[in-house]
Amino acid sequence: MSAPELAIDVRGLVKRFGGKTAVDGVDIQMPYGKVWGFLGPNGSGKTTTIRMICGLLHPDAGEGRCLGFDIRTDAMSIKQSTGYMTQRFSFWEDLTIRENLEFVARLYHLPQRRALVDNTLETLGLEHRQHQTAGELSGGWKQRLALAAVTMHRPRLLLLDEPTAGVDPQARRDFWDEIHRLSMTGLTVLVSTHYMDEAERCDRIVYLANGRLVTSGTVDDVIDASGLVTFRASGEGVRELMEDLRAEPGVEHAAYFGAALHVSGADRAALMRAIEKYSNVSWEEVQSDLEDVFIELMTRAGADERLHG
Amino acid sequence: MSAWSESMVRVGAIFTKELIQMRRDRMTFAMMLLIPVIQLVLFGYAINTDPRSLPTAVVTEEQTPIVRTLLTALKTSGYYELVSIISDPRESAALLARGEVAFVIQIPSGFTERLIRGERPQILIEADASDPAAASNAIARAETILMRALRHDLKGSLAYLAPAQDPIEVVVHARYNPEANTQYNIVPGLLGVILTMTLVMITGLAMTREAERGTMENLLAMPAQPFEVMIGKIAPYVAVGGIQTLIVLLAAHELFNVPFAGSLLLLLAGVVVFIIANLAVGFTFSTIAKSQMQAMQMTFFFFLPSLLLSGFMFPFRGMPGWAQVIGEVLPLTHFLRLIRGVMLKGAGFGDMRQAILAITLFAVAAGILAMVRYRRTLD
Ligand SMILES: Nc1ncnc2c1ncn2[C@@H]1O[C@H](COP(=O)(O)OP(=O)(O)O)[C@@H](O)[C@H]1O
Ligand SMILES: [Mg+2]
Repeated sequence: MSAPELAIDVRGLVKRFGGKTAVDGVDIQMPYGKVWGFLGPNGSGKTTTIRMICGLLHPDAGEGRCLGFDIRTDAMSIKQSTGYMTQRFSFWEDLTIRENLEFVARLYHLPQRRALVDNTLETLGLEHRQHQTAGELSGGWKQRLALAAVTMHRPRLLLLDEPTAGVDPQARRDFWDEIHRLSMTGLTVLVSTHYMDEAERCDRIVYLANGRLVTSGTVDDVIDASGLVTFRASGEGVRELMEDLRAEPGVEHAAYFGAALHVSGADRAALMRAIEKYSNVSWEEVQSDLEDVFIELMTRAGADERLHG
Repeated sequence: MSAWSESMVRVGAIFTKELIQMRRDRMTFAMMLLIPVIQLVLFGYAINTDPRSLPTAVVTEEQTPIVRTLLTALKTSGYYELVSIISDPRESAALLARGEVAFVIQIPSGFTERLIRGERPQILIEADASDPAAASNAIARAETILMRALRHDLKGSLAYLAPAQDPIEVVVHARYNPEANTQYNIVPGLLGVILTMTLVMITGLAMTREAERGTMENLLAMPAQPFEVMIGKIAPYVAVGGIQTLIVLLAAHELFNVPFAGSLLLLLAGVVVFIIANLAVGFTFSTIAKSQMQAMQMTFFFFLPSLLLSGFMFPFRGMPGWAQVIGEVLPLTHFLRLIRGVMLKGAGFGDMRQAILAITLFAVAAGILAMVRYRRTLD
């Protein structure tokens, strides 16, 4: 094994669908025991990359190991010790909650199945609903059931694909508490998400755009590395300025933040020249936040493919 | 723990899951049990290739005791129902053309007189030839019925006519059905048809349903080997096939009085192999098809030649060479030989070895193809 201290160690992953390159040379070196966020707009290749990591898709190029097992030839071993929660709920809606858990417990040949399923139901708080079919659960409960089901066999690596999409804020918070609790027990977690606040709960983030890895690091690293300078305008009439500001050279993007306007660019001098013309509102330099950086990264990466699934 | 028993545990997991899903899918489950009943009624009762009480017109000007004897004999045979007795042959031709009668029996004038003189008068039976198969048994039996009636009647002063080789001449367009397709032949064959149709379809949906519901990704993400999934998924339907077999065999015995000459054990062994062969075909389809719709279409394209070229619909020996070649490949063909052989002819294992071997080979080939085609990834 090349680097046994890495949970995920993949290089140059490429995946094409028809003529379209969905993932284009992605490298990820992820150590054990961390929680990493996988970010990027829709269609940027997050799901495809995760599928290649756990052996569900054959990469067209590239190679790598997951938990020390070759992703091309040893998918079976990877599956034994990985929990993969799919983007779309993929448990059996015509089975009851209990039957779904029992199926997983049987398939992984887990000892003391009854007790294990009982415990899992208790932890989930779904004991009283255990005989309802999974299809009857709300979105948030489905996600919790799925998380419980993919962790029942005590995997070493957890791959969560947009686990909180479409879930209400309270449920999202609970979900993240659970992720951190699992991480504390030594689990390595890679979680893809759209939400900025979730990115900030990760030890490290990896940002994809158009199938390419654009940036990675801690939230602060990513903000620093972007070299993005942001000014905040406030005052009377600030809202009318946006269209004009956007057209200025040096302004890479401008966006409303409540009553204020954030204007960002990588070139500080050019940016300052641009905003000098608008002295009727008050300007102050602020720390760029992750959202500014992501909007910026998306703009730089070109085509926004948010229309794709 | 050995790899083998771990594998069996995973098969058990999938088996249990399928069993629950099958039970919960009431519609499909009901269909699996209703289809045998419906087909038995349709083929066993409604589609009767030995129809009785066919409407018949008689053209005769004579009302002599002998003519009456003959007409009564035809009537009591059950095949003919005398709906009208007329004297004008042109009217009878019209009845036949309109399809109001299936037969016209013409007894020419002077029949009785010529019979007594020993001149072997003719009786002409005209049949509605548009469905020759339907009437073939009635025609084939006409002569026997008439002769028997005459022999019974020609006593006393007419006894001198009886020993003559045939006192009358019956002119018919007899059509002969070499396989004599009666219920004895159809009901056992029907078991094969029912199993082919329902089992191929139900496993045809096995993998495509997982794909369409989005559960496929989950199944693939778990450490189950393709053959474990296949066995786990088809095993519950072996039991369903068993129930269907029970229904048909009971009906054959209780309702249709089909004889059972051979060994039940031999038949059941053949049935199990045949069930597995069909389930394997269905599973293969489900690994190839992209959707449940496609799987259904494939089932149909498998079922049709099975129905037509296996010897169920048409006598196998009557088919052209190319059709026989296709027929020899299909498991239903061999199953029909097996079940007809065992039930009707009392054939033993020695006679049926080839049929069982052919079905087994087909099952193995389909299983291997399914494993080759099984997608281990989402590619
Ligand atoms: N099975 C597939 N067949 C064809 N195109 C696909 C398939 N899966 C993904 N894609 C395409 O690949 C690109 C990346 O998709 P995906 O990995 O799902 O992105 P993300 O998860 O970041 O939203 C998209 O353009 C998507 O349309
Ligand atoms: Mg995705």
